Formats: sequence, C-alpha cells, structure tokens
Amino acid sequence: MGLLFLTSLIFLPTFGALVLAVLFNSKAVEAMRVFTVVVTALTFLMTLQLWQSFDPSVAGIQPAENGVSVEWIGSWNIHYRLGYDGISLPLVVLTSFISMLAAMASWSINKLHKGYFILFLLLETGMLGVFLALDFFLFYVFWEVMLLPMYFLIGVWGGPRREYAAIKFFLYTLAGSVLMLIAMLMFYFGSATGGGLGEFNILTLTKIGQGSSLVKFDEFTQITAFILLFIGFAIKVPCFPFHTWLPDAHVEAPTPISMILAGVLLKMGGYGILRIAFPICPWGAQYAAYCLVAIGVISIIYGAFAALAQTDFKRMVAYSSVSHMGYVILGMAVWAVSYDANGLVTGTKGSDFWLMGMNGAMFQMIAHGISSAGMFFMVGVIYDRVHHRNLDQFGGLFGLMPLYSGLAAGIFFAGLGLPGLCGFIGEVFVVLSTWNFSPILAIIAASGVILTAGYILWTLQRVYLGAEYKGPHAEEITPMNAREATIAVTLLIMAVVLGVYPNLMFNVMNGSMAELVDGMNTGLINAATEIANAAASNAPTP
Amino acid sequence: MTSFGTLLNDLIDETVQTSLCHFAPELALSGTIVLLLLFRLFGAVDRWIPPYATTLLGSLVALGLCGAQLLELLDVNGAQKPEPFFTGLLVFDHFGAFVRGLLALFLVLVVALTVLTGIPDREDGPDFYSLMLGSTIGMMMMASANHMLMFFVGIEMASVPGYVMVGFLKGNRKSSEAAFKYVVYGAGAAGVMLYGISLLTGLLGTASLPEMASHLAIVLGDGGGAGTAEARTILLAVLMVMVGLAFKLSLVPFHFWCPDVFEGASAEVAAFLSVASKGAAFALLVRFCLALVGGNPGEHPEFFTGIGIGLGAIAAVTVTFGNLAAYSQTNVKRLLAYSTIAHAGFMLMAVSALVVVLSNGASATGFDSAEAARMCIEGLLFYLFVYLFMNLGAFAVVALLRNQTFSEEIDSFNGVGWQAPALCTCMAICVFSLVGLPPLGGFWGKLVIFMSLFNIGSNVHWFMWVLLVVGGLNTVFSLFYYIRILKAMFMRQPMDEARPVEVPSAIGNYALLIALPVLLLGLFPTWTTHLANDVARHFFP
Repeated sequence: MGLLFLTSLIFLPTFGALVLAVLFNSKAVEAMRVFTVVVTALTFLMTLQLWQSFDPSVAGIQPAENGVSVEWIGSWNIHYRLGYDGISLPLVVLTSFISMLAAMASWSINKLHKGYFILFLLLETGMLGVFLALDFFLFYVFWEVMLLPMYFLIGVWGGPRREYAAIKFFLYTLAGSVLMLIAMLMFYFGSATGGGLGEFNILTLTKIGQGSSLVKFDEFTQITAFILLFIGFAIKVPCFPFHTWLPDAHVEAPTPISMILAGVLLKMGGYGILRIAFPICPWGAQYAAYCLVAIGVISIIYGAFAALAQTDFKRMVAYSSVSHMGYVILGMAVWAVSYDANGLVTGTKGSDFWLMGMNGAMFQMIAHGISSAGMFFMVGVIYDRVHHRNLDQFGGLFGLMPLYSGLAAGIFFAGLGLPGLCGFIGEVFVVLSTWNFSPILAIIAASGVILTAGYILWTLQRVYLGAEYKGPHAEEITPMNAREATIAVTLLIMAVVLGVYPNLMFNVMNGSMAELVDGMNTGLINAATEIANAAASNAPTP
Repeated sequence: MTSFGTLLNDLIDETVQTSLCHFAPELALSGTIVLLLLFRLFGAVDRWIPPYATTLLGSLVALGLCGAQLLELLDVNGAQKPEPFFTGLLVFDHFGAFVRGLLALFLVLVVALTVLTGIPDREDGPDFYSLMLGSTIGMMMMASANHMLMFFVGIEMASVPGYVMVGFLKGNRKSSEAAFKYVVYGAGAAGVMLYGISLLTGLLGTASLPEMASHLAIVLGDGGGAGTAEARTILLAVLMVMVGLAFKLSLVPFHFWCPDVFEGASAEVAAFLSVASKGAAFALLVRFCLALVGGNPGEHPEFFTGIGIGLGAIAAVTVTFGNLAAYSQTNVKRLLAYSTIAHAGFMLMAVSALVVVLSNGASATGFDSAEAARMCIEGLLFYLFVYLFMNLGAFAVVALLRNQTFSEEIDSFNGVGWQAPALCTCMAICVFSLVGLPPLGGFWGKLVIFMSLFNIGSNVHWFMWVLLVVGGLNTVFSLFYYIRILKAMFMRQPMDEARPVEVPSAIGNYALLIALPVLLLGLFPTWTTHLANDVARHFFP
C-alpha cells in the first residue's frame, strides 16, 4: 500500500478518461457507459483493498507515519504526499462507492456522452486526491481540479437554469479557495525559520499549530487563518450564510452529479475542517467554537424550514442536505473548555463528550453521503419517467411502482434519522454531546429532528401515498428496471448496515478522532500558556 | 591623432569582439529582414522560398542564438557580471538574455500561427514579416537597454512597426481606425516620456542606467524625501517616463487604446502586441526601477517606497478596471484586451513589491530582503513565460476559429466546443490558466507573485497586503467573464445559420503545441522557476 498504490488509485479514473478520449468512438454509447462503470468499480475495489489493509490500532497516518511522498517542487518545499487515517479512509471509500453508483445511474444522460464520461472520471480523480493528499498544497490543487469537471457537468448536462447554477457553484467555491490560499501562505511564511523554507506538510503544520514544535503560530495567525479556512470550507459544506449555491446546483445538476455533489463534495468541506482548519489552528477553533455551534444549529433549523417550504422535490432534498450538514458542523464544534480563576484556558471540559460529537459528525458525513445520494437518485428515477418534480403533482406512486416506493421510503427514513438506519446514529451522538456544551442549543438542535420528520413524512405522503397519480406523463410510469433497483437496494443495504452496526465506522475512525481531540487539547493549552507568557512579558513593570 | 586612432581601434575591437557577439540574435533578425526584402526585389526567389519560410528560419536562428547565450551565461553562474556593450548603451546579462529568449520563442510561435491562418497573403508577406521582425528587434533592445537613449529608441522601434501592423488589414475601416488611434496615443505618450527623460537626465547629469542611482542619491541629498524642489522635479520626471511605459503596458489610465486596437487588428497582431510588447515593456520597467533604487537600500526609503506604492496603486486600479470592464464585452478580442490589461496589473504588482522591498532593505529580523526581491523577479519572469503560452493560445484559437466562422463575436462560438473538441479544450486550458487555476501554469505565476506580496506585506509594508487582497478578489471576478467564452463553446446550441466548423489536424496540433506547455508548466513548474530564480539571483546575489 505504498505511494504507487495510492497514486494508481487516484489516477486510475484519469487513465480511464484518457482511454475513453483516445480509443472510444463517440457513437459507442453503451460501451462507454459500461467502461465507466468498470473503471469506477475497479477504483472501488482498490479502496476496499485499502480498507482491508487498514490497521485501526494506529491512530496516526498510514501507511507511514508522515505519509508517503516524493518531492514535487523543491524550491518551496512542496511534496506529493499521500496517506490516510481513520478520518480520511471512510471518506475515500465513500467517494469510490458513490462514484460507482453514480456511474451506474448515468444511463439517464442522453447527450454528448463521451465528454460526460471523461469529465465524470476526472472528477473522481479530483475527489480521491482531496481525501488522500497530506500536503496542503496538493490538497489545494486537487480541490481546484475537481471544480473544472463539476462546472461543465452541471453546465452542459444540467437542467434549464444550468448555466446560472454552474457559474454560481464555481464562483462560490473559487472565492472560498482564494481564502484558503491566503491561509496557506500564512502557514507557509509563518512556519519558515530564519529565512529557510516554510512548510506545506499538513502533519508538520499540525505539530506547529499545536505548539509541539520550535516554531509557533501566534494568536493572530491562528485566529485569522482559522476564519479564512472555515469560510472556505463552510462554503463547501455548506453552512447557513454560504449555502445559497447549493439548491441551485443540486436542482440543475443531472441525477448522477447530484448524487456526487451531495454524497461526496459536501463532505470535502467537513473533511477540510477536520484535517486542516481544526488541527492547525486549535486556538482559532476554540476562539470561534460558539459561533460555529450557532452556525450549525441555525443551518439545521433553517435548512429544515426551507425544506418544508419547497414544492420542487429535488430542492426539498437539497435543503435537507443543508440541514443534515448542520449536524456535522455542530458535532465538530461542541468544544467546551474550562477556565481557571484568572480566566485562562486550562483545557477541554468533558473531552469524552467532544470526542463523541466529533465521532458523530464524522459518522453523520458518511450517513448523509449514503442517504442523500439515495434520495437524489430516487428523485432522479421518478423524474426520468414523468419529467417533472412538482411535489403537488405526485401521489399514488405506491400502487404504480411498488418496489421503487418501498425502497424510496426506506432511504427517506434513513435521511429522517429513524433508529436502525444510518441517519440516527450521527444525529443522536451530535445532539447528546451538544448538551455538554450548551443545553439550550442542544434542545434547539434536537427540535430540528421533529422538523426533519415533518418534511420527510409530508413528502412521502405527497409523493407515494394517495389514491392515484394525477400529474403529467402518467402513461410513462413503469416499474424500476434492474439497474435502478440495484443502485437503490445497495444504498438501502448500506443504510441499514450502518444503522445496526455503526461500529463498522467507529472502529476505523475512533483512534484518529481521539488523537485529534487530544492533540487539539494540547494545542489549546500550549497556546494559552504562550499567550499568558506574552501578556506577562508585555505587562508594564510596576 | 594617435589618441583618436587608439580610441577608434578600441572601439572597433570592442564592437567586433564583444558587442556584435552579444548582439547576434538581433543581427540574425536584421539579416532576415534584408533577405526578405532582397528576395522580393529579385522576384523569382520569392516564388521558390515563401516569405514565411525565410522568417521562420530567421527567427529560429535568433531563438537558437538567444538560447545559446542564456546557456553560456548560466554556465558561468555567479561569476558573470553584467557586461555593457556598444559603449554602454546596451547590457548583456541573465535577465536580458532570458527576456530576449522569450521574445524570440514567441516570434517563432506567432510566425507559425500566421502560416496556419494565412493572415498576410503571399503578396504582403515580406512587408508584414519585416515589420514584425523589426518590432521584435526593438523589443529585444528594450530588454537589454542600459541607457536612457536606448530606452527611448527601443520603445519607438518596437512601437512604430506595431502601428503599421495594426492597420495591416487594408480596407477594413476598424483596422485603420485602430491604427490611427494607436499612433496618436503612442505619439502623445512618447512625447511625454521624452520630456521626462530629458528632465531626468538633465537633473541627474547622466543617462546611463547604472549611474543613475548614485547621482540620484547626491541630488536628493542628506535631507532627502520629496521635500526639495529637485526631488519634486525628479518625481515629475519619473512620472512622465512612467507614462510612456504605462502606455506600452496598457495600464490604467493609459489603456484606452488597447481594446480598440485589439478589436481592429487581426488576432495574430493582437497576440503579438499583447504578449511580446508587454514582456519587453516589463523588462524595461524593471531595469528602470532598479536603476532608480540602485544597490544601496536604506537611503531615502520614503522616496522610493512612495514610488513603489504608487506603482502598486496603479496595479490595483488596473487589475480591477480591466476585469470589471471585460464583463460587458461581446467581442472576444476586446474581452482579451481587457484581460491583457488586468494581467499587466498583476505583473505590475510584482514590480511594485520589488521597489518597495529594495527601497527599505533589511528591516525586520530574520527577513531576507534579497530573497524577497528575487522572488518578485522570479514571479514576474515565470508569469511572463506562462503568459506567453496561455495568451497566445487564446488568441490563436480565436484566429483559427475566425477563419471558420468569419466572426470574432462570442456568440459566433456557440456550440463550437463539440464540433472541434481538441481546439476548444486547448482554449479551455488557456482560459483556466488565465484565471489562475491549478494545475495550470498561470496558477504558479499568480502564486509566486502572491507569495512575494504576502512576504513583503508582512515584513516591510502593509500596502502589499492590500494588493494581495485586491489580487485575490480579482482572480474570482475574472472567472466570470473568462468563462463566458467556454460557456458559449460548450453550453450553447450553435446558431441556426452557422455552418459546422471543421478544423484541419495541423491546426489542432498547433493549438495543442501551445496548450501543452501551459499544462506542463502547471504540473512541473520546477525547471522554469529554477531558471527564473537563477536569473533573479544575478540581480540580487
């Protein structure tokens, strides 16, 4: 599982895209579809191999302590550095899993197939690269690489307002990445010692940020960089004030791309916070913790209310993503600290609760990846048949498409957070740990569950129940075909498995999460000491 | 009498033994011009050897000579001092060799493009190519100018053929109008600049660039600052010289000619003006600024910091204005003209940072001002190198598609992306590189400049932070209009009356040849950054 394996994992889809571009005739549509599915399936198998070889007892980075790397641009100390741990591995597997299912769902693409599949595969490379990169610079490059195919996938194959949605997505993310770039430069120059080169290695930067290195980031750097990074990642998550690109992008994107957007791309924001913003800037994270928690809670409630108000099926699911991703931010940010008599930070208060919140947030990302991809797929299935998404014009689908409706009900319940399905675990962990931070916010967050139940059940009622289907194109409603059923059943099985056996994920992620929580606690205490010392030395002598 | 004889002998010796060798690329180009004109004079030869072949050969020879010179200089790395030649009018050093190499490379590529698009027909070939070669010689002289006289001669020699090339599409009203505008603006700017030069040389008592800094220190005196009358006059003179340069660089507020000229001129000429002319003008600007600030940082810092910040303010305004004005354009060449303006602003940020860091010297502890200055030059040179490919690529695709659609409006590109995927993918690469997205070359250019701004901003002067923010914001803004080209190509349906575009493979290969370096420079920038750093190291050891 060395550098070569990880590299070939990342670039296998790119290779597939090259093969598609060179060898395939653009009229051989079926062959290209099958080829893409095969490439994504191979990628998925490789990630399973990675999962197999993962050692949960190691908290740090695998396969080597500092990742595996070769020098990329020596004059700025930039390395091509890859590696994985309990935080990134589940997301890597999720990425390849959702990509495979999305490739299977791509039969509904009906024009310019060759371009579509090439871009699709390039997108997968970008996503895998983001999760496996351990050099901030490399991370940034993959982050941007993923933007270009996404822009075209929405803009060319999307719905009626696709151009607007695509450029909005692009502009938002680019704005976020410029902020990230500035933070990156702050780290680079801040970590340079005595005219030497700075650092882009995330692991070294983490050590510096947590004060266990000779160089240290001062208070200003920590707070500013954290805010810049958080905005950059929050746009991707997306959190409440930065979420407006999401409904447009989701609604206009074709079904498989919506699945990837919801299933994987949103997770990049959360992952970025866990991998970069939090560990490198613990003081900044703690400084902003209350604000983050508030943003999380607002996203939950706001997203749920917005979902209730939608009449477009896909828009409803899109807002439910805003709501669900709110739990992710909330779970990460519930970092309560204790103070001594002088108002100095002494450390984390109830770090087990915070770890639980972190684990919950991470689990919620995986769960949401599965349930939201499933929900978008289910919307796509019915949209392919009746060519509309107006919730008020559905009804009675249970009678016409029993299998589809049953599977859809299961997947929507997973999104609702029904016990026994994947959505439940994450939400419960997050809400429980929030109590330690602030009981009021916990109550508000928990009440979000009721709203969620409200919009999901109401949707189920409007779409699937009822006497008969009265909307347009009633004659085209046919049962699911085998391909569609396979995708839906796979997603539902995963939702059930994660719901009844969450340890499948917790076993993998717990070690790394615990290390992260410990490290940030140390970092906070070190930073507090540093700041106290600085204040003491600056104080006027009596 | 004997002393005169010795002087003459020395002069001849110097000219033959060193100057002419250093001047070899220019000589090769001059020789090509003579050949072109002779071939036409003796009609028959012209039939057998097409003018473009002669030009291509001549520019390849010049490129080879430039390359050889650069390699020779890099070989004796460190030991090589800048070597003035032609009695100190020009200078032979790494920086000059690099920029001249860049210009020669660009000449080769642009001539190859004209072969494919057939813009000068066979009849006009010799005229067109002599103008282009002549202009390039002028630019090369700008790049190695060591004296205010050559400063002016170089700019004029580069500009005058440019005026004619812009008006080369005879019978096209827009082209003639553009040429006329260009001439009037150019003449005005040149007049102001010449006045500035005369003021400056008169006050300083020298026109030789290496001597200017020490003379300037004497004139500014101990009191220094901008308080004295001399200082104010010098500031005025510098300002006037900058007007001439700003005209060449199309900096706001001297940019008005740029969109009109680019729209009127053929895309090939526009590419030439957009890339080569900018490169040479930036080389000249760097030389001028270095001559002013000189080698003793710390003397009169406020005076020079003022100049640097002034440049920075112009850069910020230029970038912002260029990007905002580009939004409403419907003609691709006008759009690219505003993009050229914006990019000039980005590169000017590097020069501004350079002046600021040099004028303040080592102020903060642990801050290596020579290293920071090197990074500015490195950023500028890398940017220019990538800019050559990405901007030429964009103009080339416009020119090649124009030959098919007979239009340069953005709407005429509707749906072309799926009819000529290779060509339009090249366009996409160039456009995204112009925005500055990784993993393309343009990203590194911007990044190095941003890094310098950040570094100097946090150690020397906060104003560089402002520039960094402006630059970052503008990167986001610029996406919006660049993407309109791609949106038309890939997301729109072809217009009803449009006939399908068929691109011959030679053309696709050319576009690939231009776009591939953009991608490679993005994936493997090391080699070029090292080269740029070596060149910069020679200025600030």
